[in-house]
Amino acid sequence: MRAWRYPAFWLTLGLVAAVGIVVFATRSATLREEMFLLLMFVTLASSLNILLGYTGYVNFGHIVFFGLGGYVGFYLMSQQGWPLWWATLAGGLASGLLAWVLGAATLRLRGAYFALATIGVNEAVRAFVNNFRPFGGPTGMSLNFAVYRQYGGPANALWWTFGAMFGLTLLVIVISYLVKFSRFGLGLMSVREDEDAAMVMGVRTPSMKTWAFVLSALFPGMVGVLFFFKNGNVEPGDAFRLQMSIEIIVMVMLGGSGTVLGPAIGSAAYERLRGYLLTSPIFKNLHLAFAGFLLLIIVLFVPAGLVGWLRGRVPRLRRVLE
Amino acid sequence: MTEQLLASLTDGLLLGFVYGLASMGLSLIWGVMRVINLAHGATMVLGMFATYLLFSTLGIHPYVALPIIVVLSLLFGFLVYTTAVHRVINAPYLSTLLATFAVNMMIIGIGTAVFTTTPRNVDIAVGRFQVGPVTLLSTRLVATLIAVVVTAGLYLLLYRTRPGKAIRAVANNRAAARLMGISAFRTLALSFGLGTMLAAAAGALIATFFPFTILSGAGYQTKGFVICVLGGLGNPTGALIGGLILGALEGIIPVFMAVNWVPVIEFVLFVLILLVKPSGLLGAR
Amino acid sequence: MSEQTHPETLLRVQGVSKRFGGLQALSNVSFDLPAGQILGIIGPNGAGKTTLFNCINGVYPPEEGRIIFRGTNITGWQSYDVARLGLARTHQIVRPLNELTVLQNVMAGACFGHERRNLAQAEKIADGVLEAVGLAKWRNALAASLNVAQKKRLELARALAARPYLLLLDEVLAGLNPTEIAEMVQVVRSLRDQGITILIIEHVMHALMNVSDRVIVLDYGVQIAEGTPEEVAHNPKVIEAYLGDPKVAERLLLGD
Repeated sequence: MRAWRYPAFWLTLGLVAAVGIVVFATRSATLREEMFLLLMFVTLASSLNILLGYTGYVNFGHIVFFGLGGYVGFYLMSQQGWPLWWATLAGGLASGLLAWVLGAATLRLRGAYFALATIGVNEAVRAFVNNFRPFGGPTGMSLNFAVYRQYGGPANALWWTFGAMFGLTLLVIVISYLVKFSRFGLGLMSVREDEDAAMVMGVRTPSMKTWAFVLSALFPGMVGVLFFFKNGNVEPGDAFRLQMSIEIIVMVMLGGSGTVLGPAIGSAAYERLRGYLLTSPIFKNLHLAFAGFLLLIIVLFVPAGLVGWLRGRVPRLRRVLE
Repeated sequence: MTEQLLASLTDGLLLGFVYGLASMGLSLIWGVMRVINLAHGATMVLGMFATYLLFSTLGIHPYVALPIIVVLSLLFGFLVYTTAVHRVINAPYLSTLLATFAVNMMIIGIGTAVFTTTPRNVDIAVGRFQVGPVTLLSTRLVATLIAVVVTAGLYLLLYRTRPGKAIRAVANNRAAARLMGISAFRTLALSFGLGTMLAAAAGALIATFFPFTILSGAGYQTKGFVICVLGGLGNPTGALIGGLILGALEGIIPVFMAVNWVPVIEFVLFVLILLVKPSGLLGAR
Repeated sequence: MSEQTHPETLLRVQGVSKRFGGLQALSNVSFDLPAGQILGIIGPNGAGKTTLFNCINGVYPPEEGRIIFRGTNITGWQSYDVARLGLARTHQIVRPLNELTVLQNVMAGACFGHERRNLAQAEKIADGVLEAVGLAKWRNALAASLNVAQKKRLELARALAARPYLLLLDEVLAGLNPTEIAEMVQVVRSLRDQGITILIIEHVMHALMNVSDRVIVLDYGVQIAEGTPEEVAHNPKVIEAYLGDPKVAERLLLGD
């Protein structure tokens, strides 16, 4: 439990907490919806970072866990009448289980081959759900409006959902730091730096990587349930957008992969920027091109991301910017 | 049943040649510089739109337009390599993946702004030939012929010319090639240009069969991965054969089950091959 | 899986062979390494020295033969399982964990070696080892920022932090200047005094001859001689295969 000796831990947690507190203090529904999306992307990016940032394995299918967890939770709520909380947990566990199975198989692949396999998994799962009758096939599923009654009506349900999202975001940040400053985390980072050397040092790489993958998959699974509960319906096109997997990678890179603060800041910045571009009259049609340009600039000139760049520039800030 | 199977198989195989042509580009780029070009699908769509524009505005027939598209796409490939890829060619593989994906986003973003996402098609007269029970479309026959000619051209280039030998040397060992006085930059840019050219040419041919939108690239991109993995990443001949296998599968599977199961089977196959034999069915080169 | 070996035999290599395609990298190599000794391995480039190390610590399995370490048959084990049994090694080409600090590199050695220390204990061990190899000053620097000689020491420190029973050293002296070599030889000698058993590959011949109890000579994967440094240096087969000229052997033994 060395994490709380680092100022970075309190800084990142404080930033996230501030978002939640402001929303609850103002009771503004518009702000709540905006911040829900923001916290959602912070959680998605931070959870991806556990695999991408710590072990260096690039997962192009992070959104599979979001989609699958969302589908499982949604199915349990709409067809089996489960309450949101249990459904959320079940969505997370379903994604974790998928990651465990996939990880045992695909994490043997190194580098670009693993990345390719995750693209294949993303497409295979999407195509499968498209054809899977119990999940509604291509049209998906909808929630009966009456479901919201047990949460005190739709308006209240949205507040509960936001509260749960806020809790998940705090949790993913705490867990990211706990992992980073643990022996497990040291093992993962050894894998990232040199997997063969790590094995020679005694790091049980297959199980370590698999657990990192499972941990990284739990959160999107739960986030998916919250998101689609709020939406009221779920369909394959929304749940498995490969594009979004890559946007999450961009968020992690923008902030600085491997740090916890980086993905949190990167996802918030990217989400805000995208929101701005989508509504601005000049960039509305060009937002994708602009995001691509931004990505290229980061990859070519600031590969360590915002936080990574600052850490390199001002070594004294290392303990604050982890 | 047999007749239907034969017809579907022929259709699929003819399409497979064009898929193979596109995938050779993907495979060539991977083989020479270990880069997975995520802008490949978008480049194919650029080829489609180039065909469409030349045909609908200037009335240039797609087959006449092809040489123009080949030259333009070669130049476009140089441009992409120089601006987006060369700087990170020795960086960890994530960098080149993201750099080419950024190019993909820019192409699609600008393309959407200019062309919107309405479907287009290139409406040329299509001849039909009856061979026994099988109906052959002239567009597919010509496309197959062109795919074969371009493949032969690529092999002549790689095995009979100086730049081709340089490409093979760099693919083999970049450091050693440099010691022998081969310019890595020029050779890599040429390879990237050739890969881009193959994508655009395949796109131009596909435009004569199917309608397309600016977003069609994603599907072709993933098909390209499946094909490359079938044939062995980095092995251009393998890519052509992988294309034929995929084309055949796409022809045959719908005979037995609903057509929307095709992608499920394709991608499950893809992941399985990666897991069991990542060097591909035919082995990497 | 316990084998009947003398309790004092820490490592026993029996008839190990390894092929890469058409190349026979190792053929039928056998030797015993008693606890507390230093065994040197010499041979021209491509003789199969590093391949032997890779077979012993499980980077890849040998095609034939057995490897018995601490009485356990470890043939075909994964390298992390071998490491957990108390074997540590350094690499000929250094493999620092670049984006981690020097301290973290060495802590990883202590955390994942056979003692499986927790982070707090690992930090103490790491600090001790860094002091011993003279890297304490760079404790918080990134491993990537070290120079080659320092990286070699880091490689050694990481292996030592595991507190292994057996240490495999793959050319720890290569690329160092004479002063650095002298310092490193001192470090290796002090390890022997601490009772660590060492298997060492070295190209800097006189250093190896002076530090080893026994020496094995490999040539194209075949073990052509074994004995004390003295015996090996005078073995005609060795002189022919490797040393070329008897006078060279004399000079080596004299530590010239």
